[in-house]
Parts: sequence; structure tokens; C-alpha cells
Amino acid sequence: MIRRRGAACRNSLRLYKHYISINVRSMMQYKASFLLTAMGQFLVSFNVFLGIFFMFQRFSRVKDFSYSEVLLCFSIMLLEFALAEMWARGFDSFSGMVRSGSFDRVLVRPRSEILQVLGSKFELTRIGRMLQAIVMFIYGIIQCDISWTFARICTVLFMLVGGACLFTGLFMVYAALCFFTLEGLEFMNVLTDGAREYGKYPIGIYGKRILQLTTFVIPYALVQYYPLLYLLGKRSSPVYIFLPLGAGLFLIPCYLLWRVGVRHYKSSGS
Amino acid sequence: MRKYLSFFRLRFSMGLQYRTAALAGITTQFFWGAMEIMVFKAFYEAEPESFPMTFEATVSYIWLQQAFLAFFAAWMIENEIFDAIMDGNIAYELCRPIGIYHMWFSRSLANRLSRALLRCFPILLIAAMLPAPYGLHGPQSMLRLLVSLLTMALGLLVTVAFCMLIYSLTFFTVSPKGLQILFTSAVEFLSGGVIPLPFFPERIQRIMELLPFASMQNVPLRIYGGSMWGREAVNAVCLQCIWLVVLIAGGSSLCRYAEKKVTIQGG
Repeated sequence: MIRRRGAACRNSLRLYKHYISINVRSMMQYKASFLLTAMGQFLVSFNVFLGIFFMFQRFSRVKDFSYSEVLLCFSIMLLEFALAEMWARGFDSFSGMVRSGSFDRVLVRPRSEILQVLGSKFELTRIGRMLQAIVMFIYGIIQCDISWTFARICTVLFMLVGGACLFTGLFMVYAALCFFTLEGLEFMNVLTDGAREYGKYPIGIYGKRILQLTTFVIPYALVQYYPLLYLLGKRSSPVYIFLPLGAGLFLIPCYLLWRVGVRHYKSSGS
Repeated sequence: MRKYLSFFRLRFSMGLQYRTAALAGITTQFFWGAMEIMVFKAFYEAEPESFPMTFEATVSYIWLQQAFLAFFAAWMIENEIFDAIMDGNIAYELCRPIGIYHMWFSRSLANRLSRALLRCFPILLIAAMLPAPYGLHGPQSMLRLLVSLLTMALGLLVTVAFCMLIYSLTFFTVSPKGLQILFTSAVEFLSGGVIPLPFFPERIQRIMELLPFASMQNVPLRIYGGSMWGREAVNAVCLQCIWLVVLIAGGSSLCRYAEKKVTIQGG
């Protein structure tokens, strides 16, 4: 039984890899368009960076955080978001799938729907955004002089994993709602793009209410603020290392909502 | 003139149809504004002495910016026009006995106006009701309100004229995507969309204020908030007029030149 599970899992993984390779190859047919879009992604987040840069030309710190610490925070958040966007973009364009009725095709195939939706799109163009995040990350690390221990490296990795999970969950909610509304709700952008945009500063600066909200309702703070405090040596309790993984739990309600949505699905015909 | 007016009316009433989208937009804008204000508040609390304008002026800048986003956001550019240029539908537009430049101009203007009109009032109303430092304060004087309205109209015209320049440039490229992204992010940043211009270092700010981008949202939002008045405001209005004339002249001549050279590749 276990062995069969393992084989099925490996098989899915192989299928997913195949999906990715199809996506990448088709994108590479339009190299110029790919480069331009990647550059555009870079430019858009570069604007945000410039905003932070010039703010810190005037101010030396915000609450307890200095310029390089904010950059580190922003870069990790941006990386988390870009990772999730890269591989879960299929959920984002899911409304089209529901409306055009091509979700019917997904349902008749003997594979998990999630795997197929994920495989429907793989946005390599988010590389532009990642590149910028990595540059800022390196700068932040050099300037913050963090003493790197194994625990701290783990913290960063957990942050990336937890954050990517969190945003994937949000994209999944966005898609699941399409089952009921047939079109994407613009309001959901607040939770994804808004979080990326305002997650550039450590959440603690927004005050206690927002911190509570982002701890217990949608756990942004678990992948951003708390582990950051540990990373910067402002807190020392080892609990902070594992908090980002707790954000992975957020995937459970998202998945349940998705299941409800799939049950509820009525083909829109055509 | 009458035909452009009817184009304007058509687009305007079309824009007013999208009420659900407007409602979603309002919630988003409201959230965006609130978060933005919290960011500035955090900076203000850290170092109030480094703040280049009063906190109240910053708050009203942000609320007005969110309320009139459709006026000044460069990324609300019209994809229909790009598509028309790309897929050759422009041929139909060229057949019409009217100037393309003026037609598109009135159309973009109407789109932005209808969008903003649907969205601005709820945001303004709620923002005005918020408690003291976080709410939008009333106009300081009648004159200031009138000048803000005037400069807002000018700023809207400058924004549309600048977008027209981008549309005209599209005639000369194969893929408009790159141009579009480059220009919209430049406008966003240089017009004070990311952070208000007074927050930039003084020397950079002085240069930025001369650029056409500063004639967009920067002037009306700052005049209303109170961080710009007197001689500075007069200069800004003059500059707005100058840029408006320059941009329209440049855009329409570029458009005329492009119209002559355009080749429709079948389809």
C-alpha cells in the first residue's frame, strides 16, 4: 500500500515536471516577449524598492528597523510571493478555465485536479522579480551583519517554504471562489498583491491590531515578522524558527474550500 | 467637435455600467489608502522632524490619490487601443472621417472620468468621516478648493496627453508591451505615485518638479492638502499649461506622422 502510494506520488511528480517543461518550451518560442515581461516584472518591483530607498534617504529608521533590515524583509517577502506566483499562477487564471468550460476536461482525466491546474501555467517570467529580490537579499545580508548559524539558515528556508505555501493557499482560495462567482474577485488582490506591497515593511510597524490579524486570521506575520525578529537577533526563542512552517497549516482550510468548490461545480457549458 | 463629444458621451455612459467592478475597486482602494497611511504614520512616529509636509497633508494626499486613482494612474492605459494597433483593427478607425488623435483623446478622457466618478464619492465620504489625523480634512478655503479642482482637471489632461504619446509611439514598434511597462512605471514613480514628491531629497525633487510627470497628480493633491500654495502653486499651474500644450502638440504631430506611414498587413 505504502509502496503504491509512493509510486503514485513519483508518477505525479514526473507528470508535473512534464507540464513545466511544456510550459517553458512554449514560452521560449517567444523569447523577446518573455524577456520583456520578465523585465517588466523587474521594473514594477524596482519602483517599490526605489520608494523604500528614497524614504530612507530622509528617515534613518522606521520603528525599530533600519534600512538594510527593511530591505531584507522586503526581499524575503518578494521571494516568497514570486515563488508562489511562479508555480501557482494556474489558479490565478482559473476563472477563464471555469468560464470557458475547460475545467470539464480536467475533471474527466484520471488525475488530481490541483495537479492539472498547477500544471496549466508556469510563469518563468517571475524570474525578473526574483532576481531583484535576490540582489536585495544579498545586500541586506551583507549590511545587517547577521551571525549566521544553522538555525538562522533554517529560518530563512522555512520562511521561503511557509510563505510560498501561504500565497499558494491564497491563490487557491481565489480560484475556489471562482466556482461560485464564475469570475475572479478583484477584492482578493488585496490579500495577495496587497500583502506583497505592504509586506515590504515588517508587519510590526502597522501596529498591534494588524499584527493580531496577520497572526491568527491570515498568517502573514508567521512567515514575515516573527522569524525576521529571530533572524535579526531581536528575539532568541527557538519557537520563532518553526513559526513559518505553521503557516503551512493555512493550506488546509484553503484545500477544503477548494474541495467544496469542486463539488459545487456546474459546468457553464460551451 | 460634436462628433468627439458624442464619442465622449458614449464611452462615459459605457464606463458607468461597470458598477460591481467599481465596488470591488472602492474596497481595494480604501484598503490601499489605509495601509499607505499606516506606513507613513510609522515613519512619522519614528522621526516627526524629518517629515517634509504635515501629517494631515500627507493623509489627504493619500486619500485623494486613492479616490481619483482613475484620473492619474498611468497603468490604467487602454489596452483596446494597443490591441487595435496590433491586430490591425486600426484600419476601421482610419476609415472614419475624424482625426484619430482627437477621437482617442476624448475616449480616454471619458473612460477616466466615468471610472473616477463612480469610485471617488464613497471613498471621499468615508475618508472624510474618519477621526482627525487619519481622515480627509475639508478644504481650507474656497479659493484653495477651486484651484485644486482646476489643477486636477489640468493634471488629468496632462496624464491623458502623455498616454496619447505612448499610443502614438506604439505605431513604430512591433510589441507594445515593453514600451508600455517602461513608461507606466516611469510615470508612476516620477509623478509621485509611489511616494509624494516632497519626500524625495531636495535636489532630486527640484529636477522632478520640472518634468511633465510632476504636472499630473502632484499639483492638485498637494494644493488641496496644503503643502503647496502661493508662488509655488502659480508656477506649478503655469508649468501644467506649458506641458499640456507641448504634449498635445508632440503627440498629435507624432500621431499624424504615424498615420501616414502605417501599413496594414492584411487580415
